[in-house]
Amino acid sequence: MSNQSEVARKESNGGTSADPGGRAANAESTLRPAVDIFETDEGITLQADMPGVSKERLNVRVEGTNLLVEGEIAITRQEEMQALYADVRSATYRRNFLLSGELESSRIEANLKDGVLTVRIPKRAELRPRRIEVRAE
Amino acid sequence: MFTTFKYRSSPLFSEFQRLEQELDEFITGTTPWAGGIRSLPPGTFPAVNVASTADSVTVYLFAPGIDAKSLEISLQQNVLSVNGRREAVPASSATYYRTERFDGDFRRVIALPEDIDPDKVDATYRDGIVEIRVQRHEASKPRRIEIH
Repeated sequence: MSNQSEVARKESNGGTSADPGGRAANAESTLRPAVDIFETDEGITLQADMPGVSKERLNVRVEGTNLLVEGEIAITRQEEMQALYADVRSATYRRNFLLSGELESSRIEANLKDGVLTVRIPKRAELRPRRIEVRAE
Repeated sequence: MFTTFKYRSSPLFSEFQRLEQELDEFITGTTPWAGGIRSLPPGTFPAVNVASTADSVTVYLFAPGIDAKSLEISLQQNVLSVNGRREAVPASSATYYRTERFDGDFRRVIALPEDIDPDKVDATYRDGIVEIRVQRHEASKPRRIEIH
């Protein structure tokens, strides 16, 4: 019984889905953007769904081996607006990622388009996989 | 299955029922449509927010990375439906560690308040949010009544 509630709590703290608003029930909690992460020979690419975030309100920061992605939703609001229904109940996205040493964090590139953030983290040149030629004797 | 547990006369169970009812009222009271027949489980793409003012109703669809031209938005009476597709373009020869982002066709149907005017709709797409604003009928707007 106590195990189950433990699991449930873990999931509600760090589930894998973006789940805007579903678990972020109160206004102070932040949204966890859904991400795709893939690796090629050149480096690692991270794509995050952050609808409503403009370039000015986006913050991508590297501190040591920590990559922080943060953004604020700005939607045109009118006065006297009343919420009838809300899946999204927070205005802030935030998610942390841990980088590993072979990545060149000083050369990270970030690009935001239509609410999708793409972060490219190149690998150090000397650590990119090289094809090893086999010489025929 | 649990019918045998329904001792409606028991004070303990009536207390549970009261709590359940209060909880229901609390949840549906804060978001009137949470219990709507067309509501979808949390996490469904795209997320939807609906806000209203005295003269319009605005629907926000959190749909990042879509081609706005491929969206099909239609309004029949007060029922709004949105069809679209998002393709999270897969990079070939890549190793994926996480694929949380939605990929594929989506459709959401939302019942708006009944006093909207289906002819006065305006939709925009910016920063991954589709904003659909529908005007309310003139007659249903609150009016100030002058006393002569």
